[in-house]
Amino acid sequence: MKPQEIRTHEFANGLTLVVESMEDVQSAAFSFLAPGGSVFDAENRNGTAALLTDLMTRGAGDKDSRQLSSELDNLGIQHSESVGHLFLGFSGASLADNIPKALPIFGDIIRRPHLPEDQFEPVKMGVAQSLAAMEDEPRQKIMIELRKRCYTSPWGIPTDGTLADLENITVEDVKNHYKKYFSPGSAIMGVAGRVDFDEICESVEHVFGDWNGPELPEISLGDQGPDRDHIEQDSSQTQIGIAYRAVPYRDPDYYAAWAAVSVLSGGMSSRLFTEVREKRGLCYAIHASLNTLKDEGRVLCYAGTTVQRAQETLDATLKELARLGDGIEESELQRCKARAKSSLVMQQESTMSRASSIARDFYHLNRVNTLEEVREKIDALTIERVLEYVHSHTPDQLTVLTIGPDPLEVNFEVP
Amino acid sequence: MKFHETKTSQGLQIIAELNPHAQSVAIGFFVRTGSRDETSEVSGVSHFLEHMAFKGNEKFSADDVNLTFDEIGAKYNASTSEEVTTFYAAILPEYMETAFEILSCLIQPSLRQEDFDMEKNVILEEIGMYEDQPTFVAYENLMKSHFSGHPLSRSILGSQKSIQELTCEQMQNYHRSHYQTGNITLAVAGRCEWEQLSDFIDKYCSRWPQGKIDRPVQEATPQGDLKIITKDGNLQQHVMQMAAAPSAQNPLRYAAEMLSVIVGDDHNSRMYWDLVDPGHCESAEIGFNEYDGSGTYMTYFSCQPERTSEIIARITAIYEDVNRNNVTEEELAQAKNKIASRVVLRSERPMGRLSSLGGNWVYRKEYRSVADDLETVQSLSLDEIHKLLEAYPLSQTTTTTVGPLTSLNGN
Repeated sequence: MKPQEIRTHEFANGLTLVVESMEDVQSAAFSFLAPGGSVFDAENRNGTAALLTDLMTRGAGDKDSRQLSSELDNLGIQHSESVGHLFLGFSGASLADNIPKALPIFGDIIRRPHLPEDQFEPVKMGVAQSLAAMEDEPRQKIMIELRKRCYTSPWGIPTDGTLADLENITVEDVKNHYKKYFSPGSAIMGVAGRVDFDEICESVEHVFGDWNGPELPEISLGDQGPDRDHIEQDSSQTQIGIAYRAVPYRDPDYYAAWAAVSVLSGGMSSRLFTEVREKRGLCYAIHASLNTLKDEGRVLCYAGTTVQRAQETLDATLKELARLGDGIEESELQRCKARAKSSLVMQQESTMSRASSIARDFYHLNRVNTLEEVREKIDALTIERVLEYVHSHTPDQLTVLTIGPDPLEVNFEVP
Repeated sequence: MKFHETKTSQGLQIIAELNPHAQSVAIGFFVRTGSRDETSEVSGVSHFLEHMAFKGNEKFSADDVNLTFDEIGAKYNASTSEEVTTFYAAILPEYMETAFEILSCLIQPSLRQEDFDMEKNVILEEIGMYEDQPTFVAYENLMKSHFSGHPLSRSILGSQKSIQELTCEQMQNYHRSHYQTGNITLAVAGRCEWEQLSDFIDKYCSRWPQGKIDRPVQEATPQGDLKIITKDGNLQQHVMQMAAAPSAQNPLRYAAEMLSVIVGDDHNSRMYWDLVDPGHCESAEIGFNEYDGSGTYMTYFSCQPERTSEIIARITAIYEDVNRNNVTEEELAQAKNKIASRVVLRSERPMGRLSSLGGNWVYRKEYRSVADDLETVQSLSLDEIHKLLEAYPLSQTTTTTVGPLTSLNGN
């Protein structure tokens, strides 16, 4: 694996810059994480952060909405804005030379958004329609509803908002949200590609160096949805969502947890795909993945199957979860390692994936894991280690949610 | 970066763009077959066959195929369109031979009866999954009515009925006639030695059946139609429309791609500012799709059901304005920068290069480097777009809608 050049700088106002210089690429990308995500949405106002994200790009600094878009297009910046739980994300990629030119534009969007009142209704109409469209897509809906039931509020609430809450939210709520939470203190910017650390540092200092903002409040925890639930919907397929506890990214056991999930669902030779789809032909889509917040994690598992075969699919899936602790073969672990190694190398071909990865690492770990370090940790995994993890993290608090015409029975005995 | 091209004595076409600085290598077999090559009796067979390929041959069982790919950490999959079935993998260069051997075994699978019976269930599940997705239902029905009477009207997945009735023998016959060397292009992008690649081709592809099957490629002449598919419980109305556009072989296709970005890209386009920014639609886009001999402009939007007719009229106004007055120099310049940047970013990964490498050859027997693509983008003029609009004006010939509406007359 090629050695990486990763450097970090913390500015006086608390903003952290993480830069990975890459040789064999022409492009550069950035990922800016600014606090103000959906966990800060007030009660009965889930969607405030989502509305803010859209409103922020509708004029900033001395430019209106169209001027911002035109300048970014002229620089060839592919960009997107997203709402996360803790952060709002602003990301962009282009030919490397154009990234420093784009920074002042994002500086305006992040620090000097107009948040125009006359744009609030259009923004709200757009967000309401995307939430309605999500309701029409059971495959998307199941994972959003599953999160509500397996994470404690506000970590489980939908980042994109809740249709019923939208009407409660005023433009004042959105402006207050910006004022209360947007600050450099815990903001992180990741930059990767054909860039020079000192030059980027200077550009970022120039744009964000004198940015100041409030301290973030503590996040207080609320409710969690029921462990067993069914949402009735007239559809061809029944959607099945299953969740159980796992360790977060910063936990020393994280890679053991990752390997356990990979045995279940990494690649087409994994257990869920082989047992439920290939041998029994019960479904087309089935997968499980490790989801991580800073302090807790979950395994989230999905299967979609026709109504008549839904019970058999759920039974077969739960059986695989239960028998994971019975043993793992050496060859299964070897395949997990091989897949990880190739993913790590291929990550080096994408500036976008590296920029978001180093920013995310810094949030979780306060440092960046090099790809070589990750490879060593994965290489060091043994069957004993992975099984030890599985035995000490049995899925005893299983959350099961279904969407479809009929509810299903959960036949699961804690191993 | 070096380009190689050759045809084996058996008639298999090889193209490779090799880059010693890449970290990985991507391999793809592009088989010129898809739903348009089927008859009603075997509707969905190309796609089902793509699944059956992964069940292996005499040497590799279904388990072996997936196990071996995962053992080398390959990123692999396959896809079926109306016209091309692709089998591909991206791997680290040291695993080139293993990946090549397994991929080549997918092209000549055993097609065993018991595997066929089991996989039929998975295909039926896949059809069920798409039935619950409004945009897919709209697309499938739109293709059917827009291309009515033309081979492009055929469904990729087939129907519950056609898949239930399909036999393993029919699939074997289809495979025999369509998976011949003259129908297959092997494309390779990334870090690999040309000599090594030639050896693997000799070793693993030399006994493939020779021959070629042609398809009729007359341009479609869509008559237009309106289809309303009512889904009572849905909240949004999804609308898709198609109109004739240049084919994959028509030089006007570059102008069509550029025009679709200017008029209906997902951000900073005419449709974005007129429909999405003011909150009238959740999304509103136009895309250009090219096929052998035919092409389409495909319009898509989703809105509140009661506003559907109004939105259709707003789009008509945008299209009429563009047809009459063309786009502006400023719009063209912005779209050029946008597309150029997409071309460069997509090309940084061998996997990103593979599809354009394969697509250019399968449709046009042409190699285009990233520099060629950038040059074409930069040199495109308003004149060229004017020529396009004369030959293929923006239009809403055929419409399909999925959502709560039972008619488009305001209720």
